[in-house]
Amino acid sequence: MTSAPLLSLNRISKTFDTSVAALDDLSLDVLPGEFLSLLGPSGCGKSTALRILAGLTKASSGEVVWRDEAARADVGFVFQEPTLMPWANVFQNVFLPMRLRGISMAQATPRILEALSLVGLKGFEKAYPRELSGGMKMRVSIARALVLRPALLLMDEPFAALDEITRFKLNNDLLNLARTLGTTIVFVTHSVYESAYLSNRIAVFAARPGRVVDIVNVDFTGPRDESFRLSPIYLNACQRASSALQSVMTDAELLT
Amino acid sequence: MSSTIRRLATQSILPCIVFALMLLGWEALVRINSIPAYVLPAPSLIGKTLVQDWDTLSSSLLVTLRITFSALLAATIGGVALAVLFAQWRWIERSFFPFAVILQVTPVIAIAPLLLVYLEPETAVLVCAFLVAFFPILSNTALGLASADHNLIDLFSLYHASRWQQLIYLRLPSALPYFLGGLRIGGGLALIGAIVAEIAAGSAGQGAGLAFRIVEAGFRLNIPRMFAALTLISLTGILIYVILSVISWAMLSRWHESARDKT
Repeated sequence: MTSAPLLSLNRISKTFDTSVAALDDLSLDVLPGEFLSLLGPSGCGKSTALRILAGLTKASSGEVVWRDEAARADVGFVFQEPTLMPWANVFQNVFLPMRLRGISMAQATPRILEALSLVGLKGFEKAYPRELSGGMKMRVSIARALVLRPALLLMDEPFAALDEITRFKLNNDLLNLARTLGTTIVFVTHSVYESAYLSNRIAVFAARPGRVVDIVNVDFTGPRDESFRLSPIYLNACQRASSALQSVMTDAELLT
Repeated sequence: MSSTIRRLATQSILPCIVFALMLLGWEALVRINSIPAYVLPAPSLIGKTLVQDWDTLSSSLLVTLRITFSALLAATIGGVALAVLFAQWRWIERSFFPFAVILQVTPVIAIAPLLLVYLEPETAVLVCAFLVAFFPILSNTALGLASADHNLIDLFSLYHASRWQQLIYLRLPSALPYFLGGLRIGGGLALIGAIVAEIAAGSAGQGAGLAFRIVEAGFRLNIPRMFAALTLISLTGILIYVILSVISWAMLSRWHESARDKT
């Protein structure tokens, strides 16, 4: 992971109409193949940073520099809610990105089925979103983001609304997916433990104004499973991320 | 499926019994008190009149049905088309929406005499029915088109979807439940518009609908026929409601919360 960054945020600032500085002079590299978490309290601008990465929000100043301009359009996005089209079944939902790219149903079908089996939803093609549990809906959402095999997958607190058991399961499946596909992932979360479990690097954010206060490296190569939660590397990463968070939070924020 | 039918049957037994009891009570009231037919006809007499006057009444029914459904069809096409134009080009919405509101808030009964000056009676009735049915369809569809999930809109722009792709794959399906709600309101209003306009028009002869039959029978003190025509108007209203409910159920039952089984 010493190669040139896949993309870089260069001195990004973002001010909304309400004149709150959501992001102030943020610089951050995303390295190819890494799992990068953006960790911070709510309102620290981590989601805004992700939306700027995706091109969904324009920065007030600064720029996003891609190593390869073609990769700019090669991005998958998973929202906090599953964000499925309720009128379409699972197959049609996963087909959406390909349909918008003008790929025919015949060409798309094998890739859709493959994406669904990657997230463990083989056989659910004809189900409608309301027939699925929260975790399964999120799996569909991930399959949709992966169906075009993007180089970069952006995830905005995707598991925040799920129960802990489902979240742990999805964490492990996501790690397997990332390893199988080699996808670079930028993952927004407010959970120290989730970020330490998943990431190669954790960018710790502070609020008002939104900025990165520390980058925590989680130097653990090889596959991770539940036993990783007991390893010193994991515990150390949790410790560092927690203290970085606490050092910048005001007393008022800690009370809430 | 058979369990659904059985449940529907069980659910409809009670209202059917109540309805039959009401008719029986009405019949008894009229017979016991010897109320003359020109004051309150018994249900049996209304039924008999329906059969006897079927030739006249059925042709009027056809006229009312034709006008109501033509108006509803025109209002659906016009309302949806205009809502799509509003959604695609905001300046069109800003330019034309106030006029749609003006047409809506002006009572149709007040416009009818004016329309009768310029148009053939049947066309005027059609236009009145169209005007009242049009607005709920337009405003509901426009609301639905604007209510698409903002995250899905983001997703579409992430994949560089064109405006038309966004309209066809996102906004139109999102608007469907709203449109069907507007259609149900519009369906009822189209019938009201047709009846009101016809009473205002008072047209006789070939193109006479059920409302005219009521006015005509009133002049002749033929109260049983008034009730017979009224019955047919009610049945028309129920028919419209049932048809639109079935369409709505068929289009939404797989995915929309409103069509979820309440068990």
